[in-house]
Formats: sequence, structure tokens, C-alpha cells
Amino acid sequence: MEKINNSSFETKDIEKKSLPSWVFSWESFLLATTVLVFFINCLASPYFLDPWSLSDATFNFSEKAIIALPLALVIIVRDIDISVASIIALSSTAMGFTAEVTDSLFLICSAGMIVGTLCGALNGLLITRLNIPAIVVTIGTMSLFRGITYILLGDQALKNYPESFSFFGQGYVAPFIGFEFASFLVIAVLFYILLQKTNFGRRTYAIGNNPTAAYYSGINVAKHKLIIFIMVGFFCSIAAIMLTSRLGSTRPTIALGWELNIITMVVLGGVSILGGSGTIVGVVIAVFLMGLVNSGLGLINVPGIVMSIIIGAMLICVIALPGVFQRLRNKVGN
Amino acid sequence: MKLTTIIKTTLIATSIMASTFAQAADMRIGLVVKAQGIGFFEAAYKGAQEASAEIEDNIEIIYTGPVTPTAEGQIEIINSLISQKVDAIVVSANDPDALVPILKRAQQRGIKVVSFDSGVATAGRQIHLNPSSNELIGRMNIELAATSLEAAKSEKGDIAILSASPTATNQNIWIGEMEKALPEFPQLTLVATVYGDDLADKSYRETQGLVKTYPNLKVIVAPTTVGILAAAQAITDMKKTGEVFVTGLGLPSELAGHVESGAVNSFAIWNPIDLGYAATHIAYNLIQDTASETEVEMGRMGVAQLDAEGNAAMSSPFVYDISNVAEFAKIF
Repeated sequence: MEKINNSSFETKDIEKKSLPSWVFSWESFLLATTVLVFFINCLASPYFLDPWSLSDATFNFSEKAIIALPLALVIIVRDIDISVASIIALSSTAMGFTAEVTDSLFLICSAGMIVGTLCGALNGLLITRLNIPAIVVTIGTMSLFRGITYILLGDQALKNYPESFSFFGQGYVAPFIGFEFASFLVIAVLFYILLQKTNFGRRTYAIGNNPTAAYYSGINVAKHKLIIFIMVGFFCSIAAIMLTSRLGSTRPTIALGWELNIITMVVLGGVSILGGSGTIVGVVIAVFLMGLVNSGLGLINVPGIVMSIIIGAMLICVIALPGVFQRLRNKVGN
Repeated sequence: MKLTTIIKTTLIATSIMASTFAQAADMRIGLVVKAQGIGFFEAAYKGAQEASAEIEDNIEIIYTGPVTPTAEGQIEIINSLISQKVDAIVVSANDPDALVPILKRAQQRGIKVVSFDSGVATAGRQIHLNPSSNELIGRMNIELAATSLEAAKSEKGDIAILSASPTATNQNIWIGEMEKALPEFPQLTLVATVYGDDLADKSYRETQGLVKTYPNLKVIVAPTTVGILAAAQAITDMKKTGEVFVTGLGLPSELAGHVESGAVNSFAIWNPIDLGYAATHIAYNLIQDTASETEVEMGRMGVAQLDAEGNAAMSSPFVYDISNVAEFAKIF
């Protein structure tokens, strides 16, 4: 309820100043920051503005970004999924074992996608049928899925992938445009349409703003959430195909610790952790912002420990700034 | 007014930046470690700097590594080193297979790749530098036993081996090499080989058993870091210090106390400084194209022989005793 009130206040403020509303939106603020970081990178490193540098950098975030898109929907409906990295691991393991017996790309990828989708469905069913909070379920399945890969693999690696499998993680669809990055762009457009232009998207926001009201308006909340969790599982398996292909092997530690990176992208993108608001455009810009910050700091060889401090500080600043501005504006208004 | 100031500052800033680039090194070598903040690798970096100071060409060592020891983190870093067009990458890999695709890409772009400590599969690198070879490790363990026998002031004596598990491949190869070197040391009689499974308590009990069963036992050789520590503790607890010596492969930080108390006279392990130093020399030789198919020069560490797959062994393990253990205990 509070959320809705806030946003209506904002629109009033903006109307007063008679500027188009997008000027004050989170997305334009993020975009400005992103452009700024881009120019800082250009100044900081002579190697940054090179087509290969930029192209190589996209490989570092594309897989995470593909999961950030469906995860944004999960967070908009007030849930969370922290088992995503473990789903990647289990899905990758399934592909590894399939690759031991067949060279068919179709079978290998299908195995990964089926396992990923099933993992997502398990999360969704536990959350919606048994009414357990998503954070509890996914903390559990995070250990469960990862645990299964450790039991199956131990300290072994599965690396019997056919040569052609390397395309998904290392191939290019056009000069400098990797398959991973191109897929991310296409999937982002699909999610934009899904969330912003369809009934499914309207329902997602409705549930996030007020699940009870949404339920009484005739939305099947449980089914809707289940579909979203299945989508997360499915896109985790897409990311798993790419990551496995990029690494050329599967180990139980694959994608370890990625869940926090992915959640950071979503939150930085302006998706409220309380649910109900956020856009795909914001998430996409946040993905680029994170990618640029990481590649810029990498190019000037900032130690990883310092890098995570900077990214943490940036996240807090970027999240806190609009709140501070809002307060200042309110004070001035009074 | 303001605009001119801005222009001036920008110009100054640009000229400063330009001058730093002008001074940039002739060559840059990226040293990628498993994770940052590990003493062992900080020491390897020290060695790399030593090598770069020694070489006439101006070499910049870029010391880097992920926050957590993951292959994905290392790939991100290697990506960035490729973008920076470094001349060589020296890496201790978190995963021998996952780094292969990205290191192949590095090689395609003309970057030389050397792995050290933890290797990369053959396709991903040109040379892998092992700290030592099985033969050298086996021989070193027997030499250490002979030194410990002297410390025990005995002309002849029994020795026993405390290994990890009976199925540990490395351990069995080393024990085999020790047995091969043994005939050259007639003063040593190998009486038993026991297995502590790399568990502290089991290794401790096995040590107690050895001391009780063989009254003429002078030296226990444990080529495992867990075993040597547990054995030294057992000897101390049994008040056999000075009668039975423990030696083998161990870590200075764990054994410094036992060296001071006298339970351990000397022991060995790779020297990370030498390792970083030698790997840097090998990378330099690859850049200069002065490494042959079979040999590569490593500065003060001599010349390494390369096998068909590009594996090199640096040297015998480095011996630590009372004279240097405290200094290295701070490192690893």
C-alpha cells in the first residue's frame, strides 16, 4: 500500500516541474551512471575502448544476466530464489553425464534444460503448495542441488563434451558479438515484452503490490508464482549450457557464489526487494553498469578484494541516493 | 575563466597519464594465483619480482587473483589480462580443465602461458612448472633421514615411513622413489611403512606404535604435511625428543615450533619464492623465444628439462631447519 502512495506522490512532483517523467526515473539515473563509468573507463585504461576488450568483457556477465531477467520477476512478486547457482551446477552435471554417452548436442542440451526446469518446478511447488517462504525453500534447495553434484562428481570433472558444444559459450554470431551476449539481448527483449506488454506482466505487478488483493481479483497467485519459478529454473539451465560450454567441463564447484552477483544485478536495476516495482530496462542497464565497472577495474588490475569493496559501496550508494534526494525534495517542499 | 581552468587541468591530467604510459615496461607478465591473500602466493610474487629485477629488460609483474578460489574468477581475470595485451600469463589454476578454453584464446592472441604449482591441461599452456619431481622428492626424503640420523648422533639406525593412505598415488610413488635411493645410504635401515590416512589422530597413534615396536628407531619420515605434524607432536608428547627425529614434507608455519623444540631437525617443502622466480624466468624465455622443445633456463635455479608434454621440474624440495624456519613460517 505504502508503495503505491509513494509512486503517486512522485508523479505529482514530476508533473509540477513539467518535465517528462522518465527524466527522474531510476532507469535514467542508472543510465547516466553507466555512461559516466564508460567515460571513466576510457580515461582509466588505454585498452578499454577496443572491440575485442569490449567483446571479451560481455562473456563475464552474460550468463548471470540471463538469470537476472526471470529473477527480477521473482523479486517483483515478493519472493527470492537463491538456489540459482546450484541449479546451474546440477543442470551442468546432467549435461556432463549425457555427454559421456552421446555426442548429440540436442540430447546434451535437453538433459540440462529438463533438469533445470525440474529444479525450478520443485522450488515453485514447495513454495506454493506447502506455503513455505521462498527464502527457506531456496536456502534448502541451494544446498540440496549442490550437494547432489558433489555426491555424483566428487573431485572428478566431466569433460567429454563434443567439439561443437563449445559454440554456446565461445562462439560468435557476428563479428565481436558472442552467442552468449546475443542470446542475452534477445531474452531481454522477450522479458521486456512479457513484463511490460502482457497480462502476465500486469498480474506479476499486481501480485507484488498486494497478493491478497490480487487473489481476490481473480488471479491464481499460486499458479502464477509456480510459472515464474519454473522460468527461473529453465533460464538457469540456459545459463548452465553457456557456462559449461565456456569452461569446457563440469565440476561440482561450477558457478559457486553466483547467486549474490545475480541478485545484486536485479536490485541495482531498481527492482524493489519489497516487491511490486521494477522494470526489465532497469535490470538490463544495471547489467551493463556492473559489467563496465568490473571490466574497468579489471583492466587497471584492481585486486579482487578491493573490487568487491568498491562494488558493495557502489550498490549501497546507488540504492541510497534516490532516497536521500527524495528526502531533500520533501524538505524543500515543506 | 572556469572553462580555461578545466581545460588546463584536463591537459595536465592527460599529459601525466601519457607520461606514465610512455614509461610503461617493455614487457608485462600477469601472475594469476588461486586467490588473493594467500601467503604462499605472496611469496611467489616476491620471487617473480626478484626475477624481473634480475632480467635486463624492464618487466612489469601484474600480480592478481580472484577473491575466492574459483575457476570462473580466474577466467574473468585472464580475460582482462588478454585485453591488456600482456606478453605472458603465469597461472596457478583452480581447475585444470575449465581454464583451457580461455588460455587457448590467450595463446591465439600471441600470449605465452606458463602454469606453475597447480597445472593446466596440456592444451591450455606451453610449459607447466612442477616444484619438484617424484624422483627428487623421494631422494630428498632419504637425505633428510640421513641428516636427522646425524642429529641423533648415531652411525646407524632404523627408519620408518609414515604415509597418508595406502591408495594415495603421490605417496606411493614417493615411497617407491625413496626405496630406490635407499641403497646409497647404508647407514639407514627401513623397518616399517605405516599409514595415518592423513588424519591427525590416526597418524599420531601410528607414530606411538612405531616408537614402541622398534626400540632402535631413530627417524620417522613423513612425506605428508598432516603426518609430519602429528608425528612431531607424538614424539614431543612421548618425551622422545632428541632420540627419535621426525622429518619429511611439511609446512614451515606448522612446524616452526617443533623445529625449535628439537622434535624435527630439518624438513623440506617447495620454496614458493623460488617457484615464482623460476616461473617468471620461463615466461621471459618463452616471450624471447629462447626456450627449446626440451630445455628452458630458470636463472639461478638452473636449466629445466622439459618432457614431451612440456612439464618441467624445478628442483629438489627446499630444506628448512632452525636457521630459516622462523622467516618462512611468516609466509606459509
